[in-house]
Amino acid sequence: MYQYTAFDRQFVHQRAAQFRDQLTRWQKGKLSEDDFRPLRLQNGWYVQRYAPMLRVAVPYGEIASRQLRVLAQVARDYDEPEAAVFKAAMDGQGLLGTTFLPKNCAHFTTRTNVQFNWIPLSKSADVMDLLASVDLHGIQTSGNCIRNTTTDALAGVAVDEIVDPRPYAEILRQWTTLHPEFAFLPRKFKIAISGSKDDRAATGWHDVGLHLLKNDQGEIGFKVFVGGGMGRTPVIGTVIREFLPWNQIMNYIEAIVRVYNEHGRRDNKYKARIKILVKSEGQQYIDDVEEEYRQIVEIDGGPHTVPQAELDRVAACFVRPQLADIADVAPAALDASLKAQAAEHVGFDRWLQRNVHAHQDVQLRAVTLSFKRPGQSPGDATSEQLVALADLVDKYSAGEARVTHDQNVLLPWVHASRLFALWQEAKALGLASANVQLLTDMIACPGGDFCALANARSLPIAEAITQRYQDLDELDDIGEIDLHISGCINSCGHHHSGHIGILGVDKDGKEWYQVTLGGSDGSALSGPAVAGKVIGPSFSASEVPDVIEAVLTTYRSLRDSGETFQAAVRRVGLDPFKEAAKSARHPAREELATA
Amino acid sequence: MKILASQDHQPPAEGDTRAVALANDADALALPLDGVERVDLHFPSFTDGRAFSQAFLLRRRRGYQGDIRATGDVLIDQLVQMQRTGFSSAVLRDGVDPADAQRQFDRFPAFYQGDAVNPQPHFVNDKAAV
Repeated sequence: MYQYTAFDRQFVHQRAAQFRDQLTRWQKGKLSEDDFRPLRLQNGWYVQRYAPMLRVAVPYGEIASRQLRVLAQVARDYDEPEAAVFKAAMDGQGLLGTTFLPKNCAHFTTRTNVQFNWIPLSKSADVMDLLASVDLHGIQTSGNCIRNTTTDALAGVAVDEIVDPRPYAEILRQWTTLHPEFAFLPRKFKIAISGSKDDRAATGWHDVGLHLLKNDQGEIGFKVFVGGGMGRTPVIGTVIREFLPWNQIMNYIEAIVRVYNEHGRRDNKYKARIKILVKSEGQQYIDDVEEEYRQIVEIDGGPHTVPQAELDRVAACFVRPQLADIADVAPAALDASLKAQAAEHVGFDRWLQRNVHAHQDVQLRAVTLSFKRPGQSPGDATSEQLVALADLVDKYSAGEARVTHDQNVLLPWVHASRLFALWQEAKALGLASANVQLLTDMIACPGGDFCALANARSLPIAEAITQRYQDLDELDDIGEIDLHISGCINSCGHHHSGHIGILGVDKDGKEWYQVTLGGSDGSALSGPAVAGKVIGPSFSASEVPDVIEAVLTTYRSLRDSGETFQAAVRRVGLDPFKEAAKSARHPAREELATA
Repeated sequence: MKILASQDHQPPAEGDTRAVALANDADALALPLDGVERVDLHFPSFTDGRAFSQAFLLRRRRGYQGDIRATGDVLIDQLVQMQRTGFSSAVLRDGVDPADAQRQFDRFPAFYQGDAVNPQPHFVNDKAAV
């Protein structure tokens, strides 16, 4: 992991002090609500339906056990609503049928951050100080600024990696942090980096997507995409540079963001993302960026050209950690013992195949701990679970974990000889569901139970589908599939990129759900990034699980041998699925009454 | 950075060639600067960040040496950003307490990026980056 310098560390503390200053002025009435809002947002503090929400940054998903322990402390001591607040929430959501709202709980997000839903604003500055004690913060996790850079959860360990993206992600973290010119952009701005052949970072869906690659001379550079995004107008990023030398990355992004800051629309927030500017201006935008980049380099002198020494300094942090007390084992012997254990324990066998990933170091494996299980929302971890997780991370992964885009936690440095022991411990903690990349490994936003923007609840839908699909044989038979659920068109649950997408919509004040098929995040499994297509008018909440089942049953009846859901949808088109979904509709109430 | 109350600020008079106001959507690279001693840049709302780019381009790209003044919806929480992007004076919005301003400048001894005042980023200024 990146090792914070004294400068980095002090900076986070100063930011916490600045936030306390702002909070105090707001409490004293010296800062109005409107003036305070953008300031608290840029520290991760929203005010949601019933209570504030805090989003803590986990830069490019890398998190240390000591940080997980502090997140556990925040969950335990601060994610606790006052009785009246909680009662109002339970009463309000109870009208819709919600019977459970998690508290004392952290939530892993698709942008690899961590959210809390109940911390009172009056305690917010104390929480920021506590977070700063382990280099954590909420800097630019919200607001119209450059957000946390994300990357592949397997960065630095993936067997298909071309270049390790982490040093570049860290360099970008530093460059974007409190950038004076780009704190009040027309709209939010998200950057994702992939360094592997398989794009596991959904780069096409970001404002800027970066692919690390090597040219014919073996030099490292970036393929640069600009103008991707979800929301009301889903757009896949456009290639703006085929090969940008690695050391120019900050100069070039400065040009991209400056042209956007100057020309992006500010009259309509639904048209303010860079995707709209790129779409409307087309080649003109690209020409403007290239000219601005030329002037940054030739006139300004390219001050943010990254020196080799700085890359080396940062990259030196990202080395394989020492795994204490574990001797290397001959690979053949490792394989033999894993096979023997798998033969004896079918659950371990499934987990090995589903949750354990190959590693650049033949001695090691990367392991996904699944936070998708019945009874808890996707990506939720209680305070106790976070403590137990931190213990596992210390014991099995050299103190380092990754928050994944799919709302799980990955341990990147597990010795193969210890997989069985890890599986047993994870199983006891309920973190060993062997469902990674299967239907129940779904992405879901917090939805209407928490979010003030949501049109409908996401979590009860997620829970209903999870409950229905608990048979691992059935899940395995359905195979690899991305199910993504968003409670509104803002698309935090990435419904656009789901092979099956579910979108909450509001009709006459009631919750309805649109279902889309064939969306892709751009990974090898999913095909080129594209938004899914709607399969008919929206469905009621109670219909959704039946519609999903009908769609999956249709897939199983018409698939070719070995064909994934996504491939089948592409081959046969939407019609059979539309028919199936239609026939899964429930009779309308009036019809029932007259029947 | 010079902090002004609104009564201490005179908008450029019509026809004044020494002090000019540049519209928020105008191209800072095209503004004639000969004989110009002051350029006023406007924040219609403090969340509209276009003037930060305008100031940066005037100060850094064009090497303008005169006064660059922030007008409009100017709050103390943006003053440090303004200074870093090249502003040299700012007119506080009515009702803002200037007493809260100074400690904002004292808080961060340094930043990661280069800016209009200190063009070199932290990693160049301090090779050890500690």
